[in-house]
Parts: sequence; structure tokens; C-alpha cells
Amino acid sequence: MLQTSELEFSYAGGSILRFPDIDCGKAEHWLLLGQSGSGKTTLLHLLGGLLSSKSGRITVAGKQMNELSVGKRDKFRGRNIGIIFQQSHFIKSLSVEENLMLAQKLAGASIDRDRIAQLLKQLNVGHKLKSKPENLSVGEQQRVAIARALVNQPAIILADEPTSALDDHNCEEVIRLLEKEANEVGATLLVVTHDGRLKERFEKKIIL
Amino acid sequence: MSLLYLSWKNLINKPLSLLLSLVLFALGVGLISLLLILNKQLDEQFLKNQAGINMVIGAKGSPLQLILSSMYHVDYPTGNIPIATSKAFLNPKHPLFSLTVPLAMGDSYEGYRIVGTTDKILELYEAEIGEGHWWSKVYEVVLGAGVADDLNLKLGDTFKSSHGFIMDEELIHDDAESFKVVGILKPTGSVIDQLILTNSQSVWAVHDHAIAEEHEAMEEGSEPDHSDEEGHDHDHEGHHDLHENALTPLTENEDQEITAILIRFRNINAQTLSLPRNINENTDLMAANPAYEIDRLFAMMGTGEQSLRVMALIIMIVSGLSIFISLYSSLKDRKYELALMRVMGASRGSLFVLIVLEGLILAVMGYLLGITLSHLGMEVLAGFMKDAYRYTFSGAVFLKQELYLLAGALVLGFVAAFLPAIQAQQTDISETLAEGK
Repeated sequence: MLQTSELEFSYAGGSILRFPDIDCGKAEHWLLLGQSGSGKTTLLHLLGGLLSSKSGRITVAGKQMNELSVGKRDKFRGRNIGIIFQQSHFIKSLSVEENLMLAQKLAGASIDRDRIAQLLKQLNVGHKLKSKPENLSVGEQQRVAIARALVNQPAIILADEPTSALDDHNCEEVIRLLEKEANEVGATLLVVTHDGRLKERFEKKIIL
Repeated sequence: MSLLYLSWKNLINKPLSLLLSLVLFALGVGLISLLLILNKQLDEQFLKNQAGINMVIGAKGSPLQLILSSMYHVDYPTGNIPIATSKAFLNPKHPLFSLTVPLAMGDSYEGYRIVGTTDKILELYEAEIGEGHWWSKVYEVVLGAGVADDLNLKLGDTFKSSHGFIMDEELIHDDAESFKVVGILKPTGSVIDQLILTNSQSVWAVHDHAIAEEHEAMEEGSEPDHSDEEGHDHDHEGHHDLHENALTPLTENEDQEITAILIRFRNINAQTLSLPRNINENTDLMAANPAYEIDRLFAMMGTGEQSLRVMALIIMIVSGLSIFISLYSSLKDRKYELALMRVMGASRGSLFVLIVLEGLILAVMGYLLGITLSHLGMEVLAGFMKDAYRYTFSGAVFLKQELYLLAGALVLGFVAAFLPAIQAQQTDISETLAEGK
């Protein structure tokens, strides 16, 4: 479902980063561990098509990411890849519900408010539907971010340090929900982190 | 959940910056639109009231003043001219003139000018009697539609005139006969709507009366007698009452005066072209050319209008700049949002459109606000103008140029949003998201 081979990326400074080959199967949950500066985020951006690689190939849900044009990659990402970041950002001027509607709209999917309401309810933030994101707690924001990543039922979910800003209780809750929802839609989950608290939860690990 | 909706939400998320941009934009648009509608209506009024008049004859003074007072009824007359000296021009069979309208002015009622004239004035302004009939006696008046409407006068109503053109209780001709309304004209949209028409004899009679009173005050004891007042009328008609006095042609009242004569030429030729100069050089009268004087007036007003136009343009440019700055600075705060939209599947083009839409929404809102302001402003101005000059302007006039103005506003909105939109389009998603950690 998510494969790379001989992937290389070169920064503007000229230093070249080589990544180990990855092969994540359908509906598998993987953990990508690495120290700061080891290129975790870069790899995640490459996998999500936010960056273009120098050489090597990335195959996501059967598509060669390198071969897609920028515009096609945007569409493909919107439909097939859900991304969660360490700090969840939202469109400030829109409500929680509208943020999720925008995610559907931008991916080219039809707007499904029932799906949004149901998803938020599953993530225990159903009552925040009409709130502005800035009025939510960090834990609530991260759960809404998960909802946003899942709203289009993507084939792949990429999570970049989803728990490192959270306390133990919220960390546990968020990762549990993330796994549960990924299972629900049958998505492949790749969590990139240096958060030691998650090591025990995942069997499949990639170390950078 | 369209881009338009998102643009709108982004705009109202910063209400103060939205307000500033809007107010500036509306001021620029409003000022330009106000100039356009004011100019248009002034032009129309001047053109309509020019009524094909080729020459105005009056007392020596400022030719522009003569034109303004006798054609537009906004300034004071230059003085009076004796019928004896202007008799030749009053000849209805004059070989050069197709239409001659004498005017005897000096009195008013409630600020509306009373004009002693002949029925030729109807032909001049293409006016028709709407109610009642044309006068047949002294002291009978026919009202312009605007006067009747504004003062709520009906057929059979009477009033006393006052001396001069402004309302002043002390100047009312208390002792003179009252004027009686016998006719009301249909509305024409020209200056005749704002006039009270009567025969010259009525105007003279009011003033002869006043003179007679003075006379009487000086020579105490002498009974005021109608025949004294009537003077020549008495000789001609032998009646003792002005009311029953049949009206005589102006030219038979050589010892009386009128204020001005409006003249239409039969043909424009060398003879008529040199006529004004001949009159000015060889007689005590003054002849003025309306087209020439009005051109001069417009040229004078043009300078003021020009500077207002420049000011409006500067405001527009500043408002464009304010839109540019507010969009540009908002991009800094929204960099992460824009990257996020890309992550969610938005194309680069969508981000460009998003920002351009914000500029266009501002432009359309600013335009609508500006147009509303200018038309409300015109309505208020029209109220002042009506009080001051008895001219009717309206704020409910919309021009084709205002559509061009909309196009201009949209272009300005687009140009102001263009650079920020390019900036948004080129947001580096990966870098921005990495920074956002």
C-alpha cells in the first residue's frame, strides 16, 4: 500500500538524505522512529507528496507519486492520504464542522454532514461541531485533526508526531482513537514520532 | 463550502481591517459617482433650459449674470430696460427672430419668481396648460407645475407677492392687489416648472401701486385714486379698475420697463452672428450669447470638478493600496492555513482564486456602499439645491458610467489582490508545515 525504494532527498544546502526502503501493507499500523533531525518529517512529506524526491520511487495506493504532476498530486493526496500534524492547525475563520466540510470539498468528495457529525461523535468531540477551532483544548484540537484526516476515508493515514504535544492521558486517548478509526476505514497508518510512549503500542517499526 | 464562502469568512474574520478597506473604497467610488450624477444632471438642466435661445437682451452688466438670471433664474437681473428703446426687438414680425419672449422680473412669492411675460414663453419651453386657462386679466397668474406642487396652490387661490427674490415678510406688497391662480402648467422638467407666470402689466401694477403710495405719503391729503395708479392704462382703456383692464401689447407701454428679452433666431447667418456685437456697441442694451456664456461657466466649474476628480482618484488608489496591504499582511498569519488547504487537496490555482476573490468581494462591497452613499448624498444635495435655486435634482438617477465604474472597481480589486494571490499560490507547503511545528 505504501512503498519506497532507494529514496533520496537533497536539501538546498546540498546534503543528501537516504531513506531505508519501506513496505507497509493494507490496513497495517506502522511506527517510524527517529531522533530529531533524522529526516522523519522530510520522509513523511515525501510520502504525502508535499515534497518531490531527488531519486528513488514512492508508490502510494498503487500510484507512483513522482510521476504525478503537482496538480494531480494535490487531488490524489486530498482523496487518498489523510495527514495529521504535531500541532493541529485549522482554517481559523471556519467552525469545526466547516473545516471538515472544506476537507471533503477540497478532496473533490461530496459534502456529507452526517459523516462529519458521526465521526466527531466517535472522537468524543461531537459537541464542538459549531465551535471555532481556537476555542478547543489541545487534546480536542488533535481529535478534530484526526477527524479531518479520516473524513474522506483515505487509504493511508500519515501522522507526524500526533501525540508529542499531549499529556499522558490525552496521548493514550488520541493514539487509541487514531488506531480505532484507521481500522474502521481500513486505512494503512504510519505514525512518525520520537515519542517513547508509543514504542510499546506498535509491533511494526521502522527506525531511521 | 465554496471558495467564495471561504473568502468571505476570511474577510469578516478581521472586521476592522475589512471596515477600513471598505470605507476607503466606498469613499473613492462614492465621490466619483457623485461627480458623475451631479455633472450629468447639471448638463441636462442647462441644456433643457437653453431651450434654443440664441440671444438674450437686457440691461448692461455682466452677460453671464444676464443669462443666469433670465434663462436659469438663479442670479439677480442686471437691471431693467425701457420698452421704448427695446421696442424694435419686441416686434413679433421681426425678420431675424422666430421667437421673442419678454420677461419682467423683480417680485417673488415664497421664494418662487414671478415673471411678467407673454404666452410665447409656453412655446419656448414647450409647456402646456394642465389645469385652468391662460390669463386674460391683470393680476391673474399661471403657475409652473413645481410651484403649484410645492406651495400646494390650486386654481382660484390668491396670494400677495413680495419684493425681490427672497422670502421676507417686510417686503410683501401688502397694499397691492392679490394675485389669483387661473392656470397650472403641466410638468416639463425645465425651469418654467419653477416660475409663476403673469402678464407684465401685473408686475408693473404692483410696483406702480407702491410708487403711488410713496407719492401719496409725500403729498399728504391727496386721495389715492386708481386712475393715478393705472396711468397709461387708464388712457388707453378708460376703465377705472385694473382687474377689468384688457391687456395691451407691450410695445404700447413705452414708458414701462422690462428686464430681459429671450430671442430665438430664424436662421443663424452673418447678420445674426454680428447682431449681439452691434447691440452692445450701438445701444444702451446688452446682448448675450447663452451658448458662449454657459461654455464659459462650465469651463470655470471644470477646474473645481477636475480637482475633485483627481482627489477621488487618489482615494481610489489609496484604497487599492489598503486592500493590498491588508491581504498581504493577512497572508503571513494564514501561511499555515494555505499550506493546510494544499494538504487537503486544494490546487495552487485554488489558493490564487481564494485571495483574488477576497479582493473582488471587497471591491464589490465597496462599490455598492459607495454607490449607495453617492445617491443618498445626491438626494440630500438635491434638497439643498431645491431650497437655494428651485432646481430639481434627484438621487434616483443611475448612469451607464456607473457600470463602467463597477468594472473599474473590479479591476482595482483584482490588481490589489494579484500579488498576494501569487504569493499564496507559491506557498511552499513542506517548508511551511515544517516551520509550523
